[in-house]
Amino acid sequence: MLNRIDDYIFEVPIGHQKGMRVPGRIFISERLLEQVESGTLDQVANVATLPGIVNYSMAMPDAHLGYGFPIGGVAAFREDGGVISPGGVGFDINCGVRMLRTDLLAEDVAPMMTNLVEDLFHDVPSGVGAKGRLRVSEHELDEAFTRGAAWAVEAGFGVPEDLEHCEEGGRMEGARPDQVSLKARKRGRPQLGTLGSGNHFLEIQRVDEIFDDDLARRFGLFRGQITVMIHCGSRGAGHQICTDHLQVLSRAVKKYGIELPDKQLACAPLGTPEAENYFGAMAAAANYAWANRQIISAWTREVFERYFPDARLDLVYDVAHNVAKVEEHEVDGSRERLYVHRKGATRAFGPGRPEIPMAYREAGQPVIIPGSMGTPSYVLCGSAGAMRLTFGSACHGAGRIMSRTQAKKTYAGAEVKEVLTRRGIKVMATHPKMLAEEAPEVYKPSFEVVDVVHHLDIARKVAKVVPLGVSKG
Amino acid sequence: MEPVEYLEHTADVKFRVRGRSLEELFESAGLALIGAMIDPSTVRVEESWPVEIEAESLEALLYEWLSEILYLFEVELAAFSEFEVALERRGDGWSLSGRVGGERIDRERHLFETEVKAVTLHQFEIGREEVGGEEIWTAQVVLDV
Repeated sequence: MLNRIDDYIFEVPIGHQKGMRVPGRIFISERLLEQVESGTLDQVANVATLPGIVNYSMAMPDAHLGYGFPIGGVAAFREDGGVISPGGVGFDINCGVRMLRTDLLAEDVAPMMTNLVEDLFHDVPSGVGAKGRLRVSEHELDEAFTRGAAWAVEAGFGVPEDLEHCEEGGRMEGARPDQVSLKARKRGRPQLGTLGSGNHFLEIQRVDEIFDDDLARRFGLFRGQITVMIHCGSRGAGHQICTDHLQVLSRAVKKYGIELPDKQLACAPLGTPEAENYFGAMAAAANYAWANRQIISAWTREVFERYFPDARLDLVYDVAHNVAKVEEHEVDGSRERLYVHRKGATRAFGPGRPEIPMAYREAGQPVIIPGSMGTPSYVLCGSAGAMRLTFGSACHGAGRIMSRTQAKKTYAGAEVKEVLTRRGIKVMATHPKMLAEEAPEVYKPSFEVVDVVHHLDIARKVAKVVPLGVSKG
Repeated sequence: MEPVEYLEHTADVKFRVRGRSLEELFESAGLALIGAMIDPSTVRVEESWPVEIEAESLEALLYEWLSEILYLFEVELAAFSEFEVALERRGDGWSLSGRVGGERIDRERHLFETEVKAVTLHQFEIGREEVGGEEIWTAQVVLDV
């Protein structure tokens, strides 16, 4: 049973699951809540049993069934007495999204759309078993783990201004490449500069609607403008790092006598070697992901320059949506350092936070919410409600409502492509079945999800962008 | 007895595997993992890769076995359709000695429906079940895709 706190806030009471230390809180509309499975609520409750959790185990309006934390899950832990858990980060560490704005208009780009999408599909390797274009050395791989996008820019991928417009400056402090296994390195080396597959994509979009003129101007967005969105993460390197440390942390659970309702919530008390080693390895994977998105951005610029030699593609912002970070937040009237876990949730810091680049600090950080293939994406601006309610966090996407198996039974990939083509969207993918499992209908409508965070003043709507061309793995 | 059964899961892939012996169980789990990505009947056995694992528990052994297959898949750029293992108790723990057989990925011929990112520990369990008066091994695994 859920308790209604507000029109858009529902509580999973202590007692829903044995051992809950705090209640769960789901930020969601009644309509969206109807689609949330009971398993997702159980996962919110499971997270509430972890030691040192502060205030609530939270879930965003795009919440759906995950493994460990629910997707859309947010939880913060005290430095003293809290834990860190890979269950709250996931395997695709720093899976995230970035948006580039161009100075091109949709009508100028339209005649070249097929060429652009074909070139992006060709120049940015994607799909299962894709070999990257890069051949990085062991030393360069270490640099990517340690310095992320900052290394990529030095290596010639992009410009220093890009770093200013990345969460964490595209480089998380505290990375420990010595905690990255040989296996993770072997997976990571050939995959730097690859998109991956599944819901990852590279998309050419048009700004379709502006909700807030002032904020749109600050973010450099206007109606009819062409933007590019890149959605991907840390690839095999991140997956292996999580796999390796999950086993170490499973042993730590026994060692430190922690009781867990789900093995994927394996964790270690903050300050222990197991916790610190995981944090260092996770930060290395996060940096790898920022380097990856930075490299892909550089290749995207190359493709655009081929057809539009004078075009500018500036980074609006780059956000992580699978990561644990040390942040200061207000708890019971005093500032505390917390380990905030976001599993399928985006940081959405409101005005004034020092972590936000100068250009946006007065307004709040850009929050980029990718849609599913063929549906709109949104740009929002982090707001005061986020700091009050969710440790500065918002939703991360639309949220799945249909399983992949069901999607493949219901939709044929070729049909999905035809429908998108009729709607004027040029799509390229390695396999039509990949399209079926990502058909637009398998996700919640993203406008409903975005409306909830807007109503709660977690993040304000700035712009809606619609896809014109999509390259998928 | 159905050796591999895929269950509904909204965002990921969940499967249950069964075997008359632990060896059969592990072999079916390998097949279920690869089968989540590609039709194993399209994968010829042209090469084989050895796998040796030691772990402190049976569950850890299964987790590492599946993670190792995924690792080989990515690093060797190979798909597999044959799995063979021998399991042995070693003091407090377990050891596995086996091999996976398959071929290098040919993007023209091998059509991947999805990419498995990792093996999760969510609702991960190994147990016994009675089927037709016979006691068999079962395991449940959720994959992150």
